[in-house]
Amino acid sequence: MSSNETAPTNYLNADYGVRSWLFTVDHKRIAILYLIAVTFFFALGGLMAVLIRLELATPAGDLVQADVYNRLFTMHGVLMIFFFLIPAIPGVLGNFLIPIMIGAKDMAFPKVNLASWYVYMAGGLFAAWSMLHGGVDTGWTFYTPFSTAFSNTYVISTAIGGFLAGFSSILTGLNFIVTVHRMRAPGLTWFRLPLFVWSLYATAIVQILATPVLAITLVLLIAERAFRIGIFDPALGGDPVLFQHLFWFYSHPAVYIMILPAFGVISELVSAFARKRIFGYRVVAAASVSIAVLGFLVWGHHMFVSSQSPYAGVIFSLLSMLVAVPSAVKVFNWTATLYEGSVSWETPMLYALGFIGLFTIGGLTGVMLATMGIDIHVHDTYFVVAHFHYVMVGAVLMAYLGGLHFWWPKITGRMYPIFWSKISALLVFVGFNLTFFPQFLLGYLGMPRRYHAYPDEFQVLNVLSSAGATVLGVGYLIPLVYFFWSMRYGKRAGDNPWDAFGLEWETTSPPPTFNFPATPKVTLEAYDYTGRAEARLARTQPVRSSP
Amino acid sequence: MKLDFPLFPDSASTFAPQLDGIYFFALAVSTFFSLLIAAAVLYLAVRYRRSEPNAVGKREKAGLWLEISWSVIPLAIMLFMFVWGARVFFDARRPPADAVEYYVTAKQWMWKFQHPEGQREINTLHVPVGQPIVLTMTSEDVIHSFFVPAFRAKMDVLPGRYTRYWFEATKVGTYHLFCAEYCGTEHSLMGGRIVVMEERDYEAWLGGAGSATPRIATGAELFAAKSCTTCHRPDSNLQAPYLEGAFGREAELADGSRVLVDENYLRESILDPTAKVVKGYQPLMPTYQGQLSEEELLQLILYIKSLDGGGPAGGAPTSEAAS
Ligand code: HEC
Ligand SMILES: [Cu+2]
Ligand SMILES: [Cu+2]
Repeated sequence: MSSNETAPTNYLNADYGVRSWLFTVDHKRIAILYLIAVTFFFALGGLMAVLIRLELATPAGDLVQADVYNRLFTMHGVLMIFFFLIPAIPGVLGNFLIPIMIGAKDMAFPKVNLASWYVYMAGGLFAAWSMLHGGVDTGWTFYTPFSTAFSNTYVISTAIGGFLAGFSSILTGLNFIVTVHRMRAPGLTWFRLPLFVWSLYATAIVQILATPVLAITLVLLIAERAFRIGIFDPALGGDPVLFQHLFWFYSHPAVYIMILPAFGVISELVSAFARKRIFGYRVVAAASVSIAVLGFLVWGHHMFVSSQSPYAGVIFSLLSMLVAVPSAVKVFNWTATLYEGSVSWETPMLYALGFIGLFTIGGLTGVMLATMGIDIHVHDTYFVVAHFHYVMVGAVLMAYLGGLHFWWPKITGRMYPIFWSKISALLVFVGFNLTFFPQFLLGYLGMPRRYHAYPDEFQVLNVLSSAGATVLGVGYLIPLVYFFWSMRYGKRAGDNPWDAFGLEWETTSPPPTFNFPATPKVTLEAYDYTGRAEARLARTQPVRSSP
Repeated sequence: MKLDFPLFPDSASTFAPQLDGIYFFALAVSTFFSLLIAAAVLYLAVRYRRSEPNAVGKREKAGLWLEISWSVIPLAIMLFMFVWGARVFFDARRPPADAVEYYVTAKQWMWKFQHPEGQREINTLHVPVGQPIVLTMTSEDVIHSFFVPAFRAKMDVLPGRYTRYWFEATKVGTYHLFCAEYCGTEHSLMGGRIVVMEERDYEAWLGGAGSATPRIATGAELFAAKSCTTCHRPDSNLQAPYLEGAFGREAELADGSRVLVDENYLRESILDPTAKVVKGYQPLMPTYQGQLSEEELLQLILYIKSLDGGGPAGGAPTSEAAS
């Protein structure tokens, strides 16, 4: 196909102008709106990470003042968690793909879908407003009574930002649940659903059940800070540990709001590039749901040394071990899928394989942290920072980038430069490990997190980490450039450039406004590559009948 | 830049080798599984590399036994770690009976210590080697966290309540003290040192640190000076409970419930007497909120604890749960 050929009508050229985007109810355009927004917030949060790593290159707090540093890591966390990691995969890939993957025309509630983007942007505005006025310095965890009685920064407006982002997340989750229940194409039974749909479904359960608790917590926080109503501050008769319980009751499940969609992406990638059904499809689907459920019962593992009763700690530790099992099972199943597969090393697969390695390390160190004895020493040190970056950046971001590389030709109809994409995947992997592996060592050595200055003996490891961050930064910049470039100059991709399985690959690239010319019928099991190959063979050689 | 930097922290308490033990075990397990997965992924991805453009993978074979074994084996290992970890944790929380009690008061951004003999220090704590020490800690403002990497010791320090942590130093030397819970502007400078000394050096140091009144005596003085005696004395005509022997028992409250009389309960009884009223008494006691410093409060509590006649109580285990 030549690139000057006029494209058939699709969701991108169906209408033009800013209004056609800002008032769209097409789930694919809303996905693009999310893509632009999360990329912006990621860049902003990334910029803060750059400053943090620069500051930590030397032991003295010399680049920025302590107060500035505290605002930097707080805003880095707030932006990355509430405005990037939580909405990224559901908002961009989920919105774009869920209706297509289930053969539907759109989401169940297209206007709610658009509303969720606006609510998210409103939250983003509050966060941005707070930043412009000097930011907030409580850490993204908003621990009381520091946040309610001591900090003199923009706590309330940032909390409102988080509150709104939460509501957006609830609306998205609600829409996914109803869509998956009501709008599946004929023949698409629950156990024929792509695992990406399963994992976003499980995510949606967590989103609508856990996020209201965040909303309540932030409202209570605002009530105490603004009106001096004693809830958390002991000086007002409150209980500061109550805040931690409420906060982690949301924020541990929030980890799964971030990682479950990533699991879904990896299942798609591994299956597509091994051209093989995911090993133990049902087990992998069930694992997502059991993670979602068990994830509600483990929040106290953040509070072993908070003065929480040691007996409560025992239960939280035990349950945390249990929730690790389904995650481990997934890793084993992905690995087993490669066996007797037809594995190709395309860019998305590089991300997926990288994910498996990094998530394994992130998950295992999570088990170490959930072991009560070990946690005494490593709690609130760089060991924790390294652990959750392995999960949040090593896993979630790798999955998001892998997914973006996988579905980019579907989303835009264009291919990005393969060579550069492989280089950047490599840089991201190497840079990531260089940045965060030394932090495990720092943590066990005893360097506490959220430190603006630190003793000399921690410097070498910090310098390594900062150097790695540079590599990582370059790794992220390259895709930013070539994705833009490809929208105009990329080769036309065709409908199914990877010859992958799934309804999204059966429509055109980019898809038309209502996704399919006619509602598709599903006759094959999920990822039935062999079945599809046989069907193709039968079509090309119709005369030979089987005995 | 110092290039001869350590990769592993000093080990200077009885607890450190215990924690390192489970850590090394977990590390070995993690390393093994990480390498196993990495090797399997790389091997399979190379071995089954796509041979020709249209090739597809083989149909999967049923793998029930595989699924069961790779759920059960990790679970068994993790349960083992859980049990071990919980035991280590409880050891860190149960001070031995002969532990000597030191007070820690944290505030933005400093640590204040008081020795049993009454000597005070800021940001540096001198302790004798080989002596179990239990810290009773509270904060005057936000949450802090007492963290000594060389002891593998960490415990949050909260406003409005007491938390306790114990350790026994095994090696003479000077070790970092950090605040591990983010507490505002100078969080990263809220550090200090723990100086571990030989017993006789410590005694000498105590002598040189100026004469001080033992905390328990100060507590007794306060008990009179703050007019607790007007009510809490057998010969008082105002009805108030005897405090002799109260500590460590259960008190029966006006609403019929029972609570353990521990440090946190005593603290609440003094600062917020109407919150829990003892059965059979009128809520007559005035609040002492704002009239006692954290240190005075601790000394008063120490005095009340000693009232059972058996001398100053030190190492009784207490629950850290909210009272
Ligand atoms: C005006 C008389 C009065 C004074 C002065 C007073 N108390 Fe009390 N105290 C009471 C009464 C009455 C109670 C029982 C009712 C209640 O629990 O509030 C009580 C209860 C207590 C309790 C709980 C006892 C238990 O068995 O549970 C403690 C501890 C206590 N007081 C300590 C103190 C201390 C320390 C002071 C001095 C700083 C003090 N009180 C001063 C009258 C007083
Ligand atoms: Cu958690
Ligand atoms: Cu502090």
